[in-house]
Amino acid sequence: MSFTAFIALVRRDLRLFFMDRRAVIMSFVAPILIASFFGYVFGGASADQPASRIAVAAIDQDRSAISKHVLAALGADKALEVKSADLEAARAAVRGGKTTVAVVIPAGFGDGAAKSLFRGGDKPEMQLLYDPSHNAELAMVRGILTQHVMEAVSSEAFSGGTGGTGGAGPGLSMSFSMPYTVREEAVTARQGVKYNSMAHSFAGMSVQFILFMGIDAGVMVLLLRRSGVWSRMRAAPISRFTIIGSRAASSAIVAMMILCVVFGFARVVFGVRIEGSFAGFAGVCIAFAIMTAAFGLLVAVLGKTPEAARGIAILATLLLVMLGGSWVPTFLFPQWLQSASFAVPTRWAVDGLDATIWRGASFTAALGPIAAMLGFAVLFGAIALWRFRWDGPA
Amino acid sequence: MLEVRGLHKRYGDLVAVQEVSFTVRPGEAVGLLGPNGAGKTTTVSMIAGLVTPDAGEVRIEGGVVRGETDPLKRKMGLVPQDLALHDLLSARDNLALFGALYGMRGAELRRAMDAALDLVGLADRAKDRVSAFSGGMKRRLNMAGALLHDPAILLLDEPTVGVDPQSRNAIFDNLEELKRRGKTLVYTTHYMEEAERLCDRIVIVDHGKVIANDSLEAVRRLVPGVNVIEIEIENPGQGAEWYGGLRALDGVDSAEWQGSLLRVTMRDLTETSPGVLEWLRAHGYRCLHLASQRADLETVFLTLTGRSVRNL
Repeated sequence: MSFTAFIALVRRDLRLFFMDRRAVIMSFVAPILIASFFGYVFGGASADQPASRIAVAAIDQDRSAISKHVLAALGADKALEVKSADLEAARAAVRGGKTTVAVVIPAGFGDGAAKSLFRGGDKPEMQLLYDPSHNAELAMVRGILTQHVMEAVSSEAFSGGTGGTGGAGPGLSMSFSMPYTVREEAVTARQGVKYNSMAHSFAGMSVQFILFMGIDAGVMVLLLRRSGVWSRMRAAPISRFTIIGSRAASSAIVAMMILCVVFGFARVVFGVRIEGSFAGFAGVCIAFAIMTAAFGLLVAVLGKTPEAARGIAILATLLLVMLGGSWVPTFLFPQWLQSASFAVPTRWAVDGLDATIWRGASFTAALGPIAAMLGFAVLFGAIALWRFRWDGPA
Repeated sequence: MLEVRGLHKRYGDLVAVQEVSFTVRPGEAVGLLGPNGAGKTTTVSMIAGLVTPDAGEVRIEGGVVRGETDPLKRKMGLVPQDLALHDLLSARDNLALFGALYGMRGAELRRAMDAALDLVGLADRAKDRVSAFSGGMKRRLNMAGALLHDPAILLLDEPTVGVDPQSRNAIFDNLEELKRRGKTLVYTTHYMEEAERLCDRIVIVDHGKVIANDSLEAVRRLVPGVNVIEIEIENPGQGAEWYGGLRALDGVDSAEWQGSLLRVTMRDLTETSPGVLEWLRAHGYRCLHLASQRADLETVFLTLTGRSVRNL
């Protein structure tokens, strides 16, 4: 082996690599950015930052001392964000993804629980309505709830407020048992419809890969600019709207086709059904396809060359899909990041698809995500048209 | 037919085209000549509507071309320097797309495609993917794409770049046929022999300015030395201007070293050439071969700019 040649070739490769600034940025910045994101989401970057709290709705139909004690304890728990609600509102909030768990304390719960603590027998039943896409949080709420119920019931029972120990009588041996039972109900589109975890998975991945298609569409515009085809189009008596509008339309059509094929596969193979409004689902898909087309046009103005634009766009897309919840559900984000994620179109896309596919959202409920995505499409399209370099030599 | 008036284009500090004006009569073939970077492509781009001029206008049949959708643009067909083809599509599908840009469809489009493919000799390859074509075939198809809507004016921006001599000849046969059919041609090139073969009139551009605009014969007459001798030297000198002393000889208009040949222009062959040979002998340079010819456009350019087109 010629050592001189070897060194020269290595030096050449390193020089070429570092001369491509965007490749360098992608190679160094992307892993730092993604690693930081996941580390932050799963580990917490700082103890100063408030952790994300689980949204819980509390429905107190008992209004006993025990139920009030339980709700007060839940409200004081740092892991939970508890709001009082009536049953129907709570169910709607869980179905809409705004609340993770609804805790329903039925009438007579306090009295029955105190008695059951010593005597067993018929135990009162507490109901948990939960969002089936948040199973990990349900387990956490269940544990916290058990702790607070046991505290409240035992406190009341031993203080004699509900006559629990009095009922046992002096001299009788006492044995403790769990003083209540729990009935859990996954809140889906409607009763009897089971949650299919594939729905969220397919929504997230569709969004990600359609955005990648959007990048290719944008890069193709730049490649066209380099070729004589662009010159020939510009020389023809057609408007720039025809040229760029046709590009956007074809991107939107491809995006729609991808959505149809992907969700068609999910329907046939995994039984994913559109449990909400089909018109709403179609509207979300169309709005996302239009937004993707506009995103593709934006890509075409991000860099002067196709290579540069592709590098920047991939980085931007990775950020968008991370923040949109395609990889990790947004409820795992810190609270501020959950709020901030509404500033990216992917969050609206994933939420809109989730809502119309398995949450059973109506067309009216889908209008929010549709409007948001169309708004992003207008913004991206306006920037693209403003920044697009039309002039170019033959 | 085509009037270019005072076209001007600046990119930052670089003035690409300055006050370029010329007229092309119907059926005329005009060569836009100049070295790379002279402003030829920018000029053609402004004529075709690809680049917006900072000043000036383009008129076709007396009407000013305004805006992207001006119907006057239908009278022009552009053969861009970069290939305007989709490699994954067939020749016919490419042409169908370009015809559609001019609103053509159905039987009209099919007839136009057949005629264009026939002219460029690709009728039998119409259904083949362009990716399977040779460079010369792609260049011919590139030209066919500009003919579909039957434009009166063809703007050809260096249409023979990168093709072998055989394909270049084929393209020229096509262009001569188009000229016979009465098409008006605006042909940019830095190959002087191409312009001499095809063009009736020559517009020479350098540093963005028109430095000559006349018929081929009139442009030739711009050269004071109408004769050229080319001398092959066995032992050329060192340095850039080893032959510079020749320019001081009586009757010598210019001297240029091109590759392995010394080109010397002069008015009177009989009176001046002996002096040139004597100068070479006196300075110890041995001549291997000598040939004389009439001044060509290369010589014109050399005389007008002091530089060779090919060496730029």
